[in-house]
This record gives sequence, structure tokens and C-alpha cells, in this order.
Amino acid sequence: MSKPIYLDYAATTPVDPRVLEAMLPYFTERFGNAASRNHLFGWKAEEAVDQARQEVAALIGAQAKEIVFTSGATESDNLALLGVAEMYQEQGKHIITCVTEHKAVLDTAHYLETKGFEVTFLPVDKAGRIDLTQLEATIREDTILISLMAANNEIGTLHPIKEIGAIAKKHGVLFHSDATQAVGKIPVDVQEMGVDLLSISAHKMYGPKGVGALYVRRRKPRVRLAPQIHGGGHERGMRSGTLAVPQLVGLGAACRIAGEEMAAEAIRVRALRDRLHKKFTTALDFVHLNGHEELRLPGLVNLSFAFVEGESLMMGLENIAVSSGSACTSASLEPSYVLRALGVGDELAHCSIRFSLGRFTTEEELDRAAEKVIATVTRLREMSPLYDMAKEGIDLKSIQWAAH
Amino acid sequence: MYSDKVIDHYNAPRNVGKLDGEDVGTGIVGAPECGDVMKLQVKVEEGRIVDAKFKTFGCGSAIASSSLATEWIKGKTLDEAAQITNSDIAEELNLPPVKIHCSVLAEDAIKAAVKDYKERNQ
Repeated sequence: MSKPIYLDYAATTPVDPRVLEAMLPYFTERFGNAASRNHLFGWKAEEAVDQARQEVAALIGAQAKEIVFTSGATESDNLALLGVAEMYQEQGKHIITCVTEHKAVLDTAHYLETKGFEVTFLPVDKAGRIDLTQLEATIREDTILISLMAANNEIGTLHPIKEIGAIAKKHGVLFHSDATQAVGKIPVDVQEMGVDLLSISAHKMYGPKGVGALYVRRRKPRVRLAPQIHGGGHERGMRSGTLAVPQLVGLGAACRIAGEEMAAEAIRVRALRDRLHKKFTTALDFVHLNGHEELRLPGLVNLSFAFVEGESLMMGLENIAVSSGSACTSASLEPSYVLRALGVGDELAHCSIRFSLGRFTTEEELDRAAEKVIATVTRLREMSPLYDMAKEGIDLKSIQWAAH
Repeated sequence: MYSDKVIDHYNAPRNVGKLDGEDVGTGIVGAPECGDVMKLQVKVEEGRIVDAKFKTFGCGSAIASSSLATEWIKGKTLDEAAQITNSDIAEELNLPPVKIHCSVLAEDAIKAAVKDYKERNQ
């Protein structure tokens, strides 16, 4: 059996060996509690935490004091939405977000709806972008927060964060961005982009799982959050709980390395991604790109291989790790809500595969994966009644299918 | 996740293809929006299925269910074939509960092909 190929970097990334090396001493000899203010063990831990805070802040153009450590981006999203909602509810109870957000934002927004908040879920165009005019028109007197992701996890489409930030500022509304997929992959600068709250995850950028951060602006405006986890007043009272020092050191190291290598890495990964895409479109017909052609994460391409169901394709790709928006791969049996929001028909959503590349993807692996995908799509199309019909020029939409 | 039988049918599907002629019945069931479409055809001589072919758009379990269906109905009379149930198929392939609809679709495909043949050869 050939060596497995990992093309699912948007799901998670391996820990960079340099990150792991930085973390290791903090499990053993430097194991102190960063909150132990009265002995050496605590000081060493605190020193490491301070450095990590600096490294995270530096990557996004923030001040160290503006970084609140969390257990990951899901918690960061929860803290941003719930914390703002609770703190600012006297000013208003309206929140704006968008239909293609990650579930960490969507589910939290739905929860807030049950608590008397009103949420507007903006639609997106077929590339996955919101309409800025519509966003601005949606802002009301009682709008307290706009939450829009920097880069989408399924299709990689980038939102115009800087423009959104300007609109939010103009109307005096706080702006949160879930930048889980963007930080460490593309330049993110909270000053330039006018972001007030920003969610970060370590394990999407070669750091460990179980740790992340929330950037919380301290000046112009000073953002206040109602804590969601109580007990000890860590992290300026916004997030209690003993700091996971080894994890934080890992997050910091991951941010430092990303800052140094991101520019070159993006160029390399984008070239590999485009090479993969081109191989598919050269060898196969009926290949649709889901997401934006240009304004997209460098390492991500989401494609629908029409007339081949995604799960059956993945089954043929043993040893190649990818993701699919097919219903059959989800517990709910519903195809991807992100692709649906783009207006990609369900028939194409069932055929979608997300390829996400990263730091350790090699050209050799990519070519081997491309070959396998092309062979499997070709084989499955030979047994697809829909491919036959399409080849015969029959419009599949003209047929009365018996939905089941 | 998949049973050995599903994997076997997926890797080496039986009777992929299509049939033409007066003595052929065709059933097409499912819908592209639902992620599975099965086309199953039977060639009939003197009330007995002498050949069967399929083409399926769907997950591995859907492909396996239709492949198995064509294998089973060959040599059977139309009435015998129409008696094959989804639970026979699901049991043979060890389908998990979320994949039962694949076997239902295969049963429907057999019945639709038999019905089509009967209607065209009354």
C-alpha cells in the first residue's frame, strides 16, 4: 500500500516539529502554573505565556494585552458573540452574520435568538461573498455586532474584511471575524482591517489542538466582554482557567513561524493547488469550482466532479485524505449548507470534494493524488447513468425525478 | 465503515452497462438532488430474466446494492425478482442503518424495471 496522502489541511494540520520542540520542556521541567506569582516555577511559565502572547499579537498586528487565550476557535467565537451580546444588550439586541459562517458562529447566533436577540443572516453570491451594500443597509439603531469570517472553511472564499471593518466603524457597530482559516495563511492585520474581535485556532496553522485565542480590541473602541467561564479571573477576567502553558507555547511558536514563512509558503501552496486544479480540468469534463476564482485561500480548492457522488469518490481514494460536501459523508444526510448557500444545486453539492494543501504537501504527492482522483472519477462516471445522459445532451433538470 | 461485501462490489461491480431491445425493461429511480440515481435493466425471455445491467450514481452502498440486485435477479422469473426486498439486500451487504435507503432504492429499481417490461410487452 502506498503512503497515505493528506490533503485535508483545512480540517487540521500536523504540529510542526519546531512547534513541538518548543512545547516539550513545558510539560516536564517547566511545568509551573503561570498564575503562581510567588515562585520560580510560576515565573518561568508566565514568561513563556507572555512570549506566546507577543508572538500571537505580532502576527495579527495587535498588542499583547489584547490577546485572550482560549481552548480554540469555537470557544473564541462563543466568547465573542455571547460576551458582546451579554455586555451590550442594553444598547441593542441585533446581530448581523452570514449563512456560510462556521457552525461555531451560526449555532451560537441561533442560541442567542432563543435568548431574545435578533440575528440577520446575510446571503452570499455564487462565489460565497456578501454584498457590502446589503450589509450596510442591514445595520440598524440596535445593531451591536457584525460577525463575518475572514475565510470560509469549505470553499476558501475570502470576505472583504477591511471594507466590512470600515462599515462597522462608520456605524459604531463592533466587528468580530472568525479568522480560523485565514491566520497564518494570508496576512491579517487587525488595525488595517478594523477588526474589534478576531478568533484564532492553533491547530489550523501547525500548532496543537485544544488551544486558540480571541483578539479583543483595547483602544478605539475598548471592547468589553461578559465572561462565559468564571473562576479565578485569568485573562483579564474574560476567560478564567489555568493557562495551558505548553499549548500556548505551541500556539506562539506556530504564529512566529507563520509570520516568517507565510509569504513564501502561500506562493508555493497556491502553485501546487493550481497545478492540481489544472490537472483535473485537463483530464476531465464537467468539473466545477465551488467558491471564488481569485479571492480564495491559497491552499484550498473545492471542486464538484459532476455525476460522481462524493462519498463513492472518496471510497475510491483510499489513502488520500480529503473532505466532501456530500450528504452521505455527514451525519445529517444533508449536503453542505455552505454549497447550498452559494446556489450550487444539491446534485452538484453531492459531488463536491475539498482539497486543502499545506506546508508539508509535496509535488510528488499531489501528482499521485491527481492521478488517482482522475482514474476514480473516470471509472465511476463509466457507471453513472447521469454521465451517460449528460453526454447524450439530455438536460438532467428537464427530467421529472422521483425525489426520495 | 464498509463491509467487505460492499467494498468488493464497489471495486468490482457486476453487470455495469446497458441493454437495448424490445425484450428489455428499464427502471430509473432516485434523484440527482438526493445524491443517488439507479438505472437497472432486465432482458427477458419467456418470462425469465436472462440478463441484467445497471448504472448507478450514488455512494458505495448504492453501487453495491444495485450490483448485487443485478446478480440476484439473473435467472429469476419476473415475479420472483419482484419479491426481492430491501431487507434481503441490506442484510447480505451488512448495510448500516444510515444506508438502508440504498437497499430500498435497489428494490425499487428492480420493481420499476419489471413493471416497465410488463407495460411494454402486454
